[in-house]
Amino acid sequence: MKIAILGTGCAKCQQTANNVRQAVAEAGVDATVYKVEDPREIMKFHVMRTPAVAIDGTVRISGRVPTVPEIASLLSADRGASA
Amino acid sequence: MNDGYGKHVVAAGEAPEAAGRHDRWMSFRILGTGAIALGLWWAAYRSLSPLAEWITYTLLSLVPGSHLTSAVAFFTYEAPKVLMLLALVVFGVGIVRSFFTPERTRRILAGNRESAGNVLAALLGVVTPFCSCSAVPLFLGFVTSGVPLGVTFSFLVSAPMVNEIALVLLYGLFGWKIAALYAGTGLAIAMVSGWVIGRLGMEKHVEEWVYEAPGEGVDEGTDSRLDWRERIHYGWEAVRDIVGKVWPWVLAGIAVGAGIHGFVPENFMTGIMGSGAWWAVPLAVLLGIPMYSNAAGIIPIVEALLGKGAALGTVLAFMMSVIALSLPEMIILRKVLKVRLIAVFIGVVGTGILIVGYLFNALL
Repeated sequence: MKIAILGTGCAKCQQTANNVRQAVAEAGVDATVYKVEDPREIMKFHVMRTPAVAIDGTVRISGRVPTVPEIASLLSADRGASA
Repeated sequence: MNDGYGKHVVAAGEAPEAAGRHDRWMSFRILGTGAIALGLWWAAYRSLSPLAEWITYTLLSLVPGSHLTSAVAFFTYEAPKVLMLLALVVFGVGIVRSFFTPERTRRILAGNRESAGNVLAALLGVVTPFCSCSAVPLFLGFVTSGVPLGVTFSFLVSAPMVNEIALVLLYGLFGWKIAALYAGTGLAIAMVSGWVIGRLGMEKHVEEWVYEAPGEGVDEGTDSRLDWRERIHYGWEAVRDIVGKVWPWVLAGIAVGAGIHGFVPENFMTGIMGSGAWWAVPLAVLLGIPMYSNAAGIIPIVEALLGKGAALGTVLAFMMSVIALSLPEMIILRKVLKVRLIAVFIGVVGTGILIVGYLFNALL
């Protein structure tokens, strides 16, 4: 699983990255978390609002900082879907 | 299902009439609760003045007439008053914003030419949720889907400039006239400077790759239909988020105001920032550019300056420069705009602010 944090490097994006990492660690999923800060790359995800979170290329959250439980439920939903 | 913004999917088999009845019943309940809540708010608001008097004169038994008494009376009345106003307005604006996502705003603007587009963009800038950290993706989303560059700039100027928190604080501390002046001139600057940038044909000073990038199919994302319960939730979140963040600034501002009320001599600032000094306005604008603060943070300073005899136009110019022209935002925008366009942006908006500053110093 690949989780992209989209954002141009503001405080909210940092907060989002922290929350995602925490959720991943708590859920114990095998996921790569990486940040996308280049606007050109962000555009390829077609989002207009950052911070945004894309899981395996699909944008799941945009324009706000997701909470840890929220990310956890996205993760478990995806795991259920792929299993 | 639920995407976090709560898109509703009516379960298959649920009778539509039953769902309709349920919705109507929900709206009645929400309307009723809202009316009661507003009534309570109003009653509490009305009792703030007697409460402040009671605290000042009875509880603390201060003697009328002293500096300390007038400072305490000012603070105990203004602090809860402004916080209550702020909560109400942020809630209201939150509800309004739940109707305007950036995606919808872009759709409205993409169909408009300049002029009318500039006016509309400036107005939408006030009600569309915006954070300066989103400036770049928003800019890209607008420009690549056919919103003219100048219209996009009207939006980018108005979104931070005309701020509901500043509006409430100005209203609470200086009255509705100053609040209206601020909102009106802020909108005018956004409309005109966007229009000017459009006229200047600055498209070639946008980074080349922007126009090569694919614009179609930008995520319509969470542009979902919310029901009223969700909008109210959105409003509450806004209150929690914004009021939770700015209350120390607001209290600081009122404390500064209270301090001035009692202690610092009037006309302290007149020599430096009074309307007599022609260079005060440009200096205020220049000082404001590298300073970065949210609208709530700047109000204490505004209060201090005005209270001490600084001219209104100069102070307004300073405030607008701080919130609308911020160096960090320029650095972020540098990723999509060439230096020349950023300079033009600062120049045009700065000139607009200058004019507003001089105008108010001359008129008032």
